Amino acid sequence: MTGPVAQVRRRRLPGLAAQLMLWIYAAIAFGPLVLVALGSFRSNADILQRPVGLPDSLDLGNYLRAWETASVSTYFTNSILVTVGAVALCVAVSATAAYALSRWRFPGRALLAAFFLSGLMIPAKLGLLPVFYMFQSMGLIDTRLGLILLYAASGVPFSIFVIMGFMRGLPTELEEAARLDGAGEGRLFVSVALPLMRPALAVVTVFQFAPTWNDFFYPLVLLRSSDRYTIPVGLTRFFGEFATDRAALFAGLVIALVPLALIFAFATRQIISGLTAGMSR
Amino acid sequence: MFCLPALALYGLFVVVPLVTAFYYGLFRWEGIRQAEFVGLGNYGEVLTRYPLSEEIPTALWHNVLFFVGTMAIQNTIGLGLAVLLYRNPRGKRFFQTVFSLPYLISPLIVGYIWSLLLSPAFGPVNFILRTVGLESWARPWLGEPDTALPVLILVNAWQWVGGPMLIFLAALGGIPRELEEAAAMDGASAFRTFWSVRFPLLMPAVGVITVLTFIGCFNIFDLVYALGGSDGGPGGAMDVLGLLYYRTAFEGGTNAIGESSALAMMIFACVFGVSVVLERFLRRREVTL
Repeated sequence: MTGPVAQVRRRRLPGLAAQLMLWIYAAIAFGPLVLVALGSFRSNADILQRPVGLPDSLDLGNYLRAWETASVSTYFTNSILVTVGAVALCVAVSATAAYALSRWRFPGRALLAAFFLSGLMIPAKLGLLPVFYMFQSMGLIDTRLGLILLYAASGVPFSIFVIMGFMRGLPTELEEAARLDGAGEGRLFVSVALPLMRPALAVVTVFQFAPTWNDFFYPLVLLRSSDRYTIPVGLTRFFGEFATDRAALFAGLVIALVPLALIFAFATRQIISGLTAGMSR
Repeated sequence: MFCLPALALYGLFVVVPLVTAFYYGLFRWEGIRQAEFVGLGNYGEVLTRYPLSEEIPTALWHNVLFFVGTMAIQNTIGLGLAVLLYRNPRGKRFFQTVFSLPYLISPLIVGYIWSLLLSPAFGPVNFILRTVGLESWARPWLGEPDTALPVLILVNAWQWVGGPMLIFLAALGGIPRELEEAAAMDGASAFRTFWSVRFPLLMPAVGVITVLTFIGCFNIFDLVYALGGSDGGPGGAMDVLGLLYYRTAFEGGTNAIGESSALAMMIFACVFGVSVVLERFLRRREVTL
């Protein structure tokens, strides 16, 4: 017979084993990042001698080499510019469209929504070659503006998907009240709907930020001059030129990770709710 | 009217290029000059002419292996971690955060991190193996055709395991406790309870994860590029469709535009088609409460 006591005892041992397994996996997930961070403070000679080890001092020399000599600073600035521009543009157009799609009744509404959402399944990257020639004719090759437009466009389906899903769960009373008070549609959107959408906008921002910051394929093909490179393409150049300077490579990787680490630190909740957005149907 | 800016942006830079890619694929090209209309000729050419005729099946096979390996390893570990966290909520938030940390890092950077960690002579991984006495295990992980693809699967799983974990965790949380208690009352073992009660109710999550994994595995490019370069590592052991498309489009011959567009369309049809079928199939097997 299993009374409550026996049940507790049966649960405790597996509980310990479970904790142990969780910690082991935590080490696997986090360990490599720790190694990179430690390596970024060590000297090359030290790394070659003992690949795993603690730094002697908090020497920032590697960072300086990566930042200035390897022009990671240029790549970093470009990445910030492109990412912020693209995310802002994407969120702005997606929020307006998602608002209209979820609140207005007009012919073709369902079709239009389906058209946007089908983009979730389309591997946009396969259109790269036409984009390349289109950019060439528009003078957008090798420009940061071109990248901004492209990233904003490819983020539209996901953003509309998330914002529409969120709007569906929102009551319409506030908007109706404002409409009764004589607010126009533009006003209604800006003063009533936008503030209500804020949680969804946060999710979208966080979720567009990382892939845009991280993207490698578009700049690899569309950029030519290294002073416009974003971090990922810049890193391939950096890894080619500084292949033997492992310490600087580690430092460069850390620099590339900082903005994402900040985002992660401040927005874990949004990230988790975004990852599970597909589940609520 | 509110939809216009989004429509213009999305239409011009996402939909039009895809349609154009299809159109490009119907012509023969001489450099960047559009020559005669060849219908599906490029498709035939891509599939029959050496070396593409051999590279495509190989790359496709690697994508399939990669998908199967990822389902088996990444998603099983994800499910395991989710169950562990669900049963032992202590420190749940902390573990959740740590496990999904690599999620945000660029696949390219993940690739570079691991290529440094796995490098033959001075990499920490081989160093650790030597230190603990497993010297015979130390090897140039990314330099041998036999280990390259498994390493790719593991590194990729390391990065994305947080996704399935969070989805499974959310799904587990949605299952009413009474069901399990009822099963336990009827004398079902813990394993049996999981397999017969909880797992069927996780099918919607399994479906979402399978489709996402499939799309992810067939779109992979950055990680492989960082780990093995645009040729796909030693002897092309990690060559995948994404790399093949890149090489055909930007390092190909005179008819590069025609051939790579045909290739792009085939990849697209494959990914889109299979995801739709998968989704349908998995949805039909869902159990609703």
